[in-house]
Amino acid sequence: MTTTPRWRALTHHHLFWPVAVLVVLLLVNVPFTPDFFSVRMTDGHLYGSLVSIVLFGSPLILVAVGMTLVIATGGIDLSVGAVVAITGALACSYLSDQADQAAVSGVLLAMGLGLLAAVVCGLWNGFLVARMGIQPIIATLIIMVAGRGVAQLITDGQIITVNSEPYKLIGGGYWLTLPFSIFVVAVVVAVTVVLTRRTALGLLVESVGGNAEASRLVGIRSRRIKIMVYVFCALCAGIAGLMISSNTSAADGNNAGLWIELDAILAVVIGGTSLLGGRFSIGGTVVGALVIQTLTTTIYTIGVPTQTNLVFKAAVVIIVCLMQSPKFRAKVFGGGRFGGKRGAHQVAAPADTAAEPGTVRKMEVS
Amino acid sequence: MLNRRNFLTAAVGVAVAGGLAACAKEDDSSSGSSDSGNGGGGGKKITLGFAQVGSESGWRTANTKSVKEAAKEAGYTLKFSDAQQKQENQISAIRSYIAQKVDVIAFSPVVVTGWDAVLKEAKTAKIPVILTDRSIETSDDSLYVSFIGSDFIDEGRRAGRMLETVLKKAGHKGAVKIAQLEGTTGAAPALERAKGFKEVMDADHKDDWKIVVSQTGDFTRAGGKQVMAAFLQSDPDINVLYAHNDDMALGAIQSIEAAGKKPGKDILIISVDGVKDGFVAMSEGKINGIVECNPLLGPQLMDLVKKVDAGETVERRIKTKEGDFLQEQAKDALPTRKY
Repeated sequence: MTTTPRWRALTHHHLFWPVAVLVVLLLVNVPFTPDFFSVRMTDGHLYGSLVSIVLFGSPLILVAVGMTLVIATGGIDLSVGAVVAITGALACSYLSDQADQAAVSGVLLAMGLGLLAAVVCGLWNGFLVARMGIQPIIATLIIMVAGRGVAQLITDGQIITVNSEPYKLIGGGYWLTLPFSIFVVAVVVAVTVVLTRRTALGLLVESVGGNAEASRLVGIRSRRIKIMVYVFCALCAGIAGLMISSNTSAADGNNAGLWIELDAILAVVIGGTSLLGGRFSIGGTVVGALVIQTLTTTIYTIGVPTQTNLVFKAAVVIIVCLMQSPKFRAKVFGGGRFGGKRGAHQVAAPADTAAEPGTVRKMEVS
Repeated sequence: MLNRRNFLTAAVGVAVAGGLAACAKEDDSSSGSSDSGNGGGGGKKITLGFAQVGSESGWRTANTKSVKEAAKEAGYTLKFSDAQQKQENQISAIRSYIAQKVDVIAFSPVVVTGWDAVLKEAKTAKIPVILTDRSIETSDDSLYVSFIGSDFIDEGRRAGRMLETVLKKAGHKGAVKIAQLEGTTGAAPALERAKGFKEVMDADHKDDWKIVVSQTGDFTRAGGKQVMAAFLQSDPDINVLYAHNDDMALGAIQSIEAAGKKPGKDILIISVDGVKDGFVAMSEGKINGIVECNPLLGPQLMDLVKKVDAGETVERRIKTKEGDFLQEQAKDALPTRKY
């Protein structure tokens, strides 16, 4: 009897279902790859399936975290894949022109250039959405389509191969025996969590997503918040772009980050963030991204025939989404009124915002 | 009201300007062409509509470049489009060529099936169609006049034979456990390179060779790297890699190195294409053999276009000239690689 309330609290936690799915997916691999969970040292770094999942999943986590904030404001950013391609293309083409590709200053400059381009893309998206009032899906579609062309223009349609150890570090190198990209992801996620949960920024983002007009009326600069999240999202995509090109030491304008926007949106949804905006979970998104990467790895390790890859993926995603639907769970498993609590939370959040406009203002200045 | 009228005026203005610009462009190209056309033999200048797959690899870029240069040299007007690996883009490109009444349409199909409707439209418009480098499956063979390009099944067979040589050279004994990195699912080169390789395997190596894992890496480096990383986990005793293109092999090499193994020694690697980066890797001993798939078919294509446009009968199947390369030849061949 005593375990029941605890169990219920656990299953009602917003991370319960995403984590459950992740664990199940990981366990599925064990019969096919008995030492799936084993991690060993090879050439001075850790090596194993779990390490690869995090390494290859890093870019997706970054893009998805950026996407989470955009979606929390009720928007969407389809341009991230193109931004990934542009960033990688710009950084690699700059680097490949250098006489000494291994020079750290050159590498930093190349990365700076790439990220600058990403920020410009983000500003453009934010400008269109917040200032021009264009639907986010249309506004970001412009760079999604045109950006890949820009990336190919930069690379001249070629795959640019770079040969630079320092550049290789960010997406393919190791530090303290772990993939360096893990640290990058950890820093970005930590900064995001601190900024959104330890300051009022998260609340502002959610209130803009909940009701942009009402937020403006209580004194939140909703336009500025919107521009900021698009820039942040593009910056995350830019870092992911550096990682992806660094991982293979090559910039592929055509394929780098192809369809990553869809995977990122999926990760955000699996993580429990509402596409309607007004509520988000960074932790959920990270788990969601890991679920998608684990699914991809699982498809390779359990030997799903190539032709049925996508069907398999689709089936898993459908199951995951259904499991997360309180209505579906209530129908299938019967009993309890799931989801009632959540609704109450949602109403509470905007009310808080409206009550304390003064504090909100103050936080914005800082 | 005023706004709306202004808008209409502006729209009409833009449309007219666009029309004029289009005319101007058309004029430009035809005058430019008549100069070179005279040099090339006079008469009517041939307009070729070419719908490329995309620019997914160095191979494809070289292919595009070859077609563009050869068309310029032959003095043809080339209308070029890049489908970015999407069939619907390619179909709409072909439709626009039909609408523009080009003389000949050439295209490199993204996937094998689904071309009947648009090719029937071309046939009705009496525009001959040439397939380049990838073939299609159709119920009606009259929908295209010729297919110029590599024989992917033969490339698969050559890869199989090459593996025999490489195994012998490496003094390999015991079971041969092969990992296969397939190209884009449903694409002709992926299907046929797998088929040709399997033919050799079934014919002569039923007992000693086995493909233990096979998965698509989408012809990209990132794909090859990620899939190979998973293969090395699920089947650590793989000792041969057969990649359907160099880019996937290059990605896989990085995963093999990350797993603490030596590409080209612990895992023998055979790949197809012969792009420059592939040859660089082979000269470093990381790839054991490359089956060339020659993208420089531009000049051969232009000859064919000329014949087709003149109404001559042409061969249904024209093969491009290709070679096989092992590690010894890599260093000598490297400076001559154009792509």
